[in-house]
Amino acid sequence: MASYDTSDIRKGLKVMMDGSPFTVIEFQFVKPGKGAAFTRTKLKNLLTGGIIDRNLRSGEKLEPANVETKTMQYLYKEGDSYVFMDTSTYDQVHIPDETIGDDSNFMPEQIVVEVLFFNDRAVGVTLPNFIEQKVMQTDPGFRGDTATGVTKPAHISTGASINVPLFINEGDTIKIDTRSGEYLERVGRA
Amino acid sequence: MDERARLAARTPALHARAAILRAVRGYFEAQGFVEVETPARVMSPGQELHLEALPAGGGRHLITSPEYHMKRLVAGGLPRIVQFCRCFRAEEDGPFHQPEFTMVEWYRTGGTMDELMRDCEAIVEIAARAVGAWPRVPVPSIRRGDYSDGALALTAPFERTTVRELFHDHAGIELRGDEEAATMRGLAQRAGCQVGPDAAWDDVFYQVFLDRIEAHLGCGRPTFVLDWPTPLGALARRKADDPLTVERFELYAGGLELANAFGELTDPIEQRARFVEEAELRRQRGSTVYPIDEKLLEALGNMPPTCGIALGFDRLVMLVLGASSIRDVLAFAHDEA
Repeated sequence: MASYDTSDIRKGLKVMMDGSPFTVIEFQFVKPGKGAAFTRTKLKNLLTGGIIDRNLRSGEKLEPANVETKTMQYLYKEGDSYVFMDTSTYDQVHIPDETIGDDSNFMPEQIVVEVLFFNDRAVGVTLPNFIEQKVMQTDPGFRGDTATGVTKPAHISTGASINVPLFINEGDTIKIDTRSGEYLERVGRA
Repeated sequence: MDERARLAARTPALHARAAILRAVRGYFEAQGFVEVETPARVMSPGQELHLEALPAGGGRHLITSPEYHMKRLVAGGLPRIVQFCRCFRAEEDGPFHQPEFTMVEWYRTGGTMDELMRDCEAIVEIAARAVGAWPRVPVPSIRRGDYSDGALALTAPFERTTVRELFHDHAGIELRGDEEAATMRGLAQRAGCQVGPDAAWDDVFYQVFLDRIEAHLGCGRPTFVLDWPTPLGALARRKADDPLTVERFELYAGGLELANAFGELTDPIEQRARFVEEAELRRQRGSTVYPIDEKLLEALGNMPPTCGIALGFDRLVMLVLGASSIRDVLAFAHDEA
């Protein structure tokens, strides 16, 4: 693969740095002390999510990262791995438990996600920011109690527990922010 | 955003800019300076290693700074001159850079670097007062280093430090100025900075400067950085007590590099040697090689001891308005023109 140089830098560019794949999240032209031009770059590690800053000399070469994202549908769990299907080619991919990790909490069956491939191996998934899920189990709240800040746990199909207001009942559909794991609003009643 | 809306948002900055310009002109007049205008389209634009001039037809280029002609004026008998003019530098485009920008450049014959520093302190105060931003200005987060609480005190005297002190304090490097490139690379790597295997002395210098030092400059209060290594001061005279450094300072304030000052080199023989060396480095790096300015070299023989300085006017306006981008203080950024 031909290399990039600093003039190719743009948000979302995928490059290798210190042996790991990164994506550019911010960049800025700087020229210290009337000297050489640099591109001050902020990069996010696609495997760990960690963020680093690098001052790259203008003209410095960058190795492209062999990463690709595919839109896939999560079908079911089979043993220690999760099975995903490419909705256009019907190709299937098995992704192990450790790679999915805590994302499984907000990954109900049939959900469509972005799967990240690095060197042709699935290394992670990006969930949609919000999901709507039915409350499978929750204790009844006290009637008439509208005090804010008081919550109870509610379980969704993945087994995850979300803190919800007391007025939420089993069978209600709730909207959840997958990034924070927080209840946002009720979108359907039982 | 359509142009009317864009300009409506810029209007307060344009008013501020005009007020600052008038106030700064008043300062120079009171100090006995003559305002001059020198050519923009020249045969020999500035040939500093990292500047690229824009071609202007007929073998000429647009100036990267008015320095050469202003020095010829000084040599011709004008002791205190100032110019407000556009400078042009190819490929410079960022939050603090535009390919076309406004410089204030002035020269004091028989003057000292201390006098130029006092000029800077006075001009910053005048600019701040002109927009009611005295004595403290906000520093937006894009310009804040790691060590600033978001406000900058502009009262004189500003902080003073040297390049060697900065390298010592923030990178643990004892900088000489005449190290071999390989030695410099080793020093930088030990300081945790990544440099290429063929990095030249100045490449390494700037990498360390950017990685380790710049975030600490001009936060809290403006800072003069004095005594630059000779390879980075081609037009400056060497310090009497240390030939490895030159009489040069840079002013940093609120994350902005504001001004660059020299005790001017007036020895035409040494200046020619430095021009030739620089031209060769430009040739090696594939940069355009401009003709050496023979008329300047001829005039240098008549030039009395002089100190000169260039200050970025747009950045001065940015500083006192607390602006995040140079675009915020321009009627038209280059892509809006």
